[in-house]
Amino acid sequence: MHSTLIALVEDKPGVLNRVASLFRRRAFNIESLTVGHTEQEGVSRMTIVVDSTRTDTQKVVQNLYKLVNVLHVEDVTEAPSVMRDLALIKVSANGGGTRAEVLQIVETFRARVVDVALKTLMIEVTGTDEKINGLVDVLRPYGIVEMVRTGRVAMARGSGPSE
Amino acid sequence: MKRTGAEIVWEMFKREGVEVVFGIPGGAIMHTYHPRQDFGIHHVLMRHEQCAAHAADGYARVSGKVGVAIATSGPGATNLVTGIATAAMDSSPIVCLTGQVQTYLIGTDAFQEVDITGITLPVTKHNYLVTDVNELAETIHEAFYIAKSGRPGPVLIDLPKDVQMAETDFVAPEDPVNLPGYRPSSSGDSELVRKAAQLINAAERPVILAGQGVLMSGAMQELMTYVEKTNTPVGLTLLGKGGFPESHPLALGLMGMHGEAFVNKAIQEADLILAFGMRFDDRVTGKLAAYSPSAKRIHVDADAAELNKVVTVDVPILGDLKLVLEQLLPQVEPRTHETWLNMVADWRADSRRRDILRRPENGNLDSSALVAAHFINDIWETTDGQAIIVSDVGQHQMWTAQYYLNDVPHSVVTSGGLGTMGFGLPAAIGAKFGQPDREVWVVAGDGGFQMTMHDLGTIIQEKLPIHIALSNNNHLGMVRQWQEFFYDSRYEATPLVNPDFVKLVEAYGIPAWRAETRSEARQAVEEARKHDGPTFVEFRIVETGEEGNVYPMVPAGAALDEMIRRPERRTGSED
Repeated sequence: MHSTLIALVEDKPGVLNRVASLFRRRAFNIESLTVGHTEQEGVSRMTIVVDSTRTDTQKVVQNLYKLVNVLHVEDVTEAPSVMRDLALIKVSANGGGTRAEVLQIVETFRARVVDVALKTLMIEVTGTDEKINGLVDVLRPYGIVEMVRTGRVAMARGSGPSE
Repeated sequence: MKRTGAEIVWEMFKREGVEVVFGIPGGAIMHTYHPRQDFGIHHVLMRHEQCAAHAADGYARVSGKVGVAIATSGPGATNLVTGIATAAMDSSPIVCLTGQVQTYLIGTDAFQEVDITGITLPVTKHNYLVTDVNELAETIHEAFYIAKSGRPGPVLIDLPKDVQMAETDFVAPEDPVNLPGYRPSSSGDSELVRKAAQLINAAERPVILAGQGVLMSGAMQELMTYVEKTNTPVGLTLLGKGGFPESHPLALGLMGMHGEAFVNKAIQEADLILAFGMRFDDRVTGKLAAYSPSAKRIHVDADAAELNKVVTVDVPILGDLKLVLEQLLPQVEPRTHETWLNMVADWRADSRRRDILRRPENGNLDSSALVAAHFINDIWETTDGQAIIVSDVGQHQMWTAQYYLNDVPHSVVTSGGLGTMGFGLPAAIGAKFGQPDREVWVVAGDGGFQMTMHDLGTIIQEKLPIHIALSNNNHLGMVRQWQEFFYDSRYEATPLVNPDFVKLVEAYGIPAWRAETRSEARQAVEEARKHDGPTFVEFRIVETGEEGNVYPMVPAGAALDEMIRRPERRTGSED
């Protein structure tokens, strides 16, 4: 089981280090952590995915609040929310037949081809972890040359900000 | 008005109420030292930066104010780390200022450069690297606020040399500080307080576990009112000593690994545990699976991360203890708890704590060997329990906790959480500055004393009237005891070949005595107390065997009621 936390933090040098150091020091297991700017100047947003079978999510929240630079933490695991991951996958597509098959798969998954090379295609896909895992599974037999994933980002549904 | 970064440091220290700082200068901090005299703040020159941090810590613990330690960059800064970690574990409010290489040199492995904010990240409550002199005043103001508020702790400010030299218009920071992500707790959730009151009013066998939170919150009076209204007995953590008077009939005394068996028994048999400002350290709980098996638990703490951390509780209340007790008091009913208190009294009667003081051979004070309980009891009696008692870490620390009973808040100074040997002497230096009018005794073992004894130099330089009691058993005694109990009596690396401590201390011009019998011990304590300046007494205590061990003891990993008891002795009739 995974829990998803959104943390708003002050955009200051070393804050990511403080959060990462906290996880290491308290032996928290995290699956992914993403950071980026928000609509507010001086505030960054982290999406933290925690392996909740091995780590008590509530403890993560309480300890994050001990950091002076952490402004707000919210557990959106149970809340109606949109969760997205982005992957870039470079896959072998040598002969004419395989290339057509791969393009077919890309279309089925509503992914996009963003680069075409002589022997490979680079595919961009956005979606839930499950969807991306599904695409990766199907593409694997063709030979995945390289892959990068951003890790999960999340936002609560509805008109208000995540609060 | 134009000020340099260095001047802003002292200006801000003055505004924060700092009267004394502990430190050692060096290349990257000397610019800050330079204008100090103009600001009327006393500087105590320590002999090692670790001691500067411990002294700031000792000062903070007895004065309730923020202690300040200063060191240079590189080794000066790294030497602080043990002291910072000690303060962090015991929630002691200190601010450490370190010099740093010029900003343009940071990251180049310059001479005496070290990433001290990185190194101290996990052992500070917060830390800063100040790269702009315009942010310095505000940073110092924030640092003191963070150190002191909520659950207190150490804050470090790393200050590059060029920032110390830079000039700016000094603007005094305004209150309240602008820290949107920092919210120290205040009163408790009223619904949880109501639930707590229900459990309390239904309880038949309640026990209070009072920790250092009582002292930090200043909740001594509220705790007393609560205890007397509800007749609830009070167990104390090591750092909780002083939060509730040990001479009070409802005081149980020290709990946990070296607490009395009856205290732990009461905790194990309780049907309600009220944990007030303590954190269920493993030295307090013993084996968690067997801890107070039938008790409901209420936990009040200023740190949310302590609630349900190691022990799951029924009512976790986040809040300042004093405020929570004020909320709780009108909702709890007066109780007598007669049956329960009688049960506890029966267990207490079985205690052998004072046996060692009233052995039959005591008629002749010189016929038996000296043990630590004897001289600590002598210090306790002659000071009427009114001294500030500082201890180092090890066997003597536990004996001091057991035999120097304490009624006065903020008078016990010891490294509890980190267990830092060498803490005692420098912490006593800080404590003397924190409460200059109080008598200060430091009890140290021969092992720990030798870790920081260089700061005898600080004591004579400052002419500090501190009484040093050396509990000498020529061993790293606590480790030796564990080797005897749990490691087949193989005394690996624990016997010490020691110097002539009396001569050594006399080399500093400090009057020193050696006591080897009970009457000599008593005389030495009385003699030392007649002196105005520093004194030193070496107590040559029993080194090995039954009387060289700390009893009772819960072996690590055992349940609280599986204690190794004191060997039984015939008892006299007094107390």
